[in-house]
Amino acid sequence: MELHIAHLYADLMNIYGDRGNVIALGNRAKWRGIDVEVRSYSVGGWTDSEWPDVWFFGGGQDQGQDIVGADLAGKNGAALRASVDGGAAIFSVCGGYQLLGHEYVPEIGPAIPGVGILDVTTRAGKKRFVGNLLAESPDGQLIGFENHSGRTYLGAAARPLGTVVVGNGNNGEDKTEGAVQGKVIGCYLHGSCLPKNPWVADRLLGWALSRRYPQAKIEPLDDRDEAAAREQAMAVARARP
Amino acid sequence: MPDALALIANAAGKLTREGLRITGRGATALPGLVALTVDPHFITALTSSLPHGVVCVSGTNGKTTTARMLADMVRTSGWDPIHNRSGSNLDRGVASALLAEATWSGEPRGNVGLFEIDEASLPGIIGRLRPRVVVVTNLFRDQMDRYFELDALAKRIGDALASLPEDTTLVLNADDPLVANLAVRRDAKTVFFGVDDPEVGGNVPQAISDATRCPRCKSPLTYERVVLAHVGAWSCPNCGFTRPARDVAAVKVVLGATGSEIALAGTVGSIFEPIRVPVPGLYNAYNALAAVAAAGALGVGLAEATRALANFRPAFGRLETAEVKGRTLRLVLVKNPAGFNAAIGALLETGRKPRIIGALNDRDADGRDVSWIWDADFETLAPAVEHAVITGLRSRDLALRFKYAGLAKERMEVVDDPAAAIDRAVALAPEGCEVVVIATYTAMLSLRDALAKTGAVAPFWED
Repeated sequence: MELHIAHLYADLMNIYGDRGNVIALGNRAKWRGIDVEVRSYSVGGWTDSEWPDVWFFGGGQDQGQDIVGADLAGKNGAALRASVDGGAAIFSVCGGYQLLGHEYVPEIGPAIPGVGILDVTTRAGKKRFVGNLLAESPDGQLIGFENHSGRTYLGAAARPLGTVVVGNGNNGEDKTEGAVQGKVIGCYLHGSCLPKNPWVADRLLGWALSRRYPQAKIEPLDDRDEAAAREQAMAVARARP
Repeated sequence: MPDALALIANAAGKLTREGLRITGRGATALPGLVALTVDPHFITALTSSLPHGVVCVSGTNGKTTTARMLADMVRTSGWDPIHNRSGSNLDRGVASALLAEATWSGEPRGNVGLFEIDEASLPGIIGRLRPRVVVVTNLFRDQMDRYFELDALAKRIGDALASLPEDTTLVLNADDPLVANLAVRRDAKTVFFGVDDPEVGGNVPQAISDATRCPRCKSPLTYERVVLAHVGAWSCPNCGFTRPARDVAAVKVVLGATGSEIALAGTVGSIFEPIRVPVPGLYNAYNALAAVAAAGALGVGLAEATRALANFRPAFGRLETAEVKGRTLRLVLVKNPAGFNAAIGALLETGRKPRIIGALNDRDADGRDVSWIWDADFETLAPAVEHAVITGLRSRDLALRFKYAGLAKERMEVVDDPAAAIDRAVALAPEGCEVVVIATYTAMLSLRDALAKTGAVAPFWED
C-alpha cells in the first residue's frame, strides 16, 4: 500500500511547529509498512490535485494567510473541494482551519471568503488566546497549545472535535474545540497535534487509505512514548493553563 | 546628575540588590524592576550622561555572545562598559545592570552602556536608551506564544528604529532580508555585515524558513546561497530589493571544532591575518562579524577588536564547558528552530557521534509552546547521536521528537531529575569524552545549578 500526503502551502503556512503533523502521519504509516510520499502544494496552478489521499493545512503569519486566501479563492480552492468530494481527508490547524470555513470576518473591512469545506465561520477577536489547550471527546482526549485571536463558530453540518477542559478552543464561549465534517478536521491544537494525539492521526490514516484501499486496516502501534508525552502535557495543562 | 526620583529609585534598587546578594541569590532582574517601579524614567536618567553613549544589541539569536564580544573589544580600547552580561535582557535587566554599576548618588561607574535587548522589548525600550549604535543580528521565529508573528515584530522594530535621531548608527545583517529591510525606513548611518564566502551555505531554503518572501513586495525571494533558514545571498526578482553591499564582509570562513577563522574584505582595514573566533559554529562567525562591525561604528580599531576576539570566553550556556569526573560537558543553549539547527550544524561539522543531554522546559523564558521542536531539524541530528539522556519539564515531548526523528529506543532514556540526568550521562560516557548539553533557558539553569553544587561551574549570576 502507499499513502500520498500533501502539505498545503508548506512555504507560507508553517509556523508554530505544525510540520510535526506531517512527520507523524508519515511515520505512523511507514511503521505499518505503508510506502509514504509527501508533496508540497503551494501558490500557483496544481496539475495533480487528484494525487493526495490526505492534505495537511497548517497555520501561518498574516502575510502568508493573505496570499493563501487569494490563491484558494481561485481554481485551487475548487480543486481542494473536488479532492474532498473524491474521498481525500484533510487535517487543518489554526489559520488553515479558518480558511477551510465559509469566511473570516475581520474587525474592519469586508469578510474574506474561505473554501467552505467546513461549516464554520471565524470572526476576529480582540484578545489573543495563548496557552495550553485540553479537550475531551468520546473518542479520546486532545492535548495541545492554542495561539489565535480568531473566534470560530460551528454551523449545523460541522460537529465539534471535543469539549474544552482547559483553555479556550474555538471561541472561548461555547466550550467547543475544533470541527469535524466527513473526513475533514480542523482544530486550534499546535504542539504538534498529531504526535501527541495519535488516535487522531490514526483516524486520518484510516480515512486516507480507504480512498484507494477500502479493505485497509489500521493495526495498533506501540504508543507508550506517545502516551507518556500526552500524560505529561495534560498534567502541565491542568497545573499551568 | 539624576533627579530626586531617580535617586530614590537608585537607592531602592540598590537595597534590593544588596538584600538578594546577602541571601546568596542572583540579582539580574528584581532590583531593576524595583527601580523602574519607583521611577519609570530611571534608565534614561542613568544612561544619558554616559560619555561614550549606549549600544544596543538585539535580534533573535546571538545577542548575548555578540554583546560580550563587543564588551571585550571596547575594554581593550580602555573603555569601561556597563553591561547586562548575564543575558537578563528586558528593561528590568538593563536597570539591574545600571544599579550594579551606579554609586549611591546615581553616578554610573562606567563610560559606555552596552545592553543586550530582547527583540520584542526593543521597540519599547529604545527611546529610553537613545542608543548611539544599534546592532540587529538576525530575526528568526522564536517563542511564538510571546512574540506572535515575525512580520509584525519586524515592522515594530523598523518603526522604532525609524524614530531614533539621525546620528544613530545601525549595524545590520545584510544576509537576513528582514534585518536588511530595517534600514529602509530612514536615512540613518548604516553598517552592513555579511558572509561573502561562496563555500558557505547550500542551495535550498530550510523547512523552518520564516521569511523566504520579500519583506517589501511579498514575492518569493531567490537565493544564490542559503546559510541558515532565510539567511543567505538573497534578492527579490520582482521589486529588485537586494542584499545591501556589505561594509564588513567575510570573504573566507574556515570552520573548525573549537573555533573559526575569518578573512575580511579589504575595505574594513589593512589586515593580513585572518580574524580568529575561538567559539565554534558559523553562527558565532556571524556574531563576531556583528561585533567587529559595531566596534568599527564606535571607533574602536580593528587591531584592538580582533585581539579581544581572539581571547573571547563564551557566556552562560553558549558553548561554555564544565569538567565532571574527567568528562567535558559542553553547554548549548537553544530556544528556537534556527538556533537549534545552527547548534547541531556546528556539532556535526566535525563528524562526531555526540553523546547528548537534551533538556526541554516550557516556562515563560523557554517559550510555553514546545511546538518549535517539530520545526527543528532532529532528522539530521538523530542518525549521528551515540546516546541521549532526556530531561526537563517536557522531557516526554523531547523523547517523542527523537523517536519520530528515528533515534533508536536503546539510544535514549528519560531521567527527569536534572542532577540525576547529568550523573547518568556522565556514567555512560567513557572518560575523556565530551557530553553535549542541549537545553532551553530555564532547563539550562536547572542543569547549571546542579553543576554549580558539584563546583563544576560558577553560579551564573557571578559569571
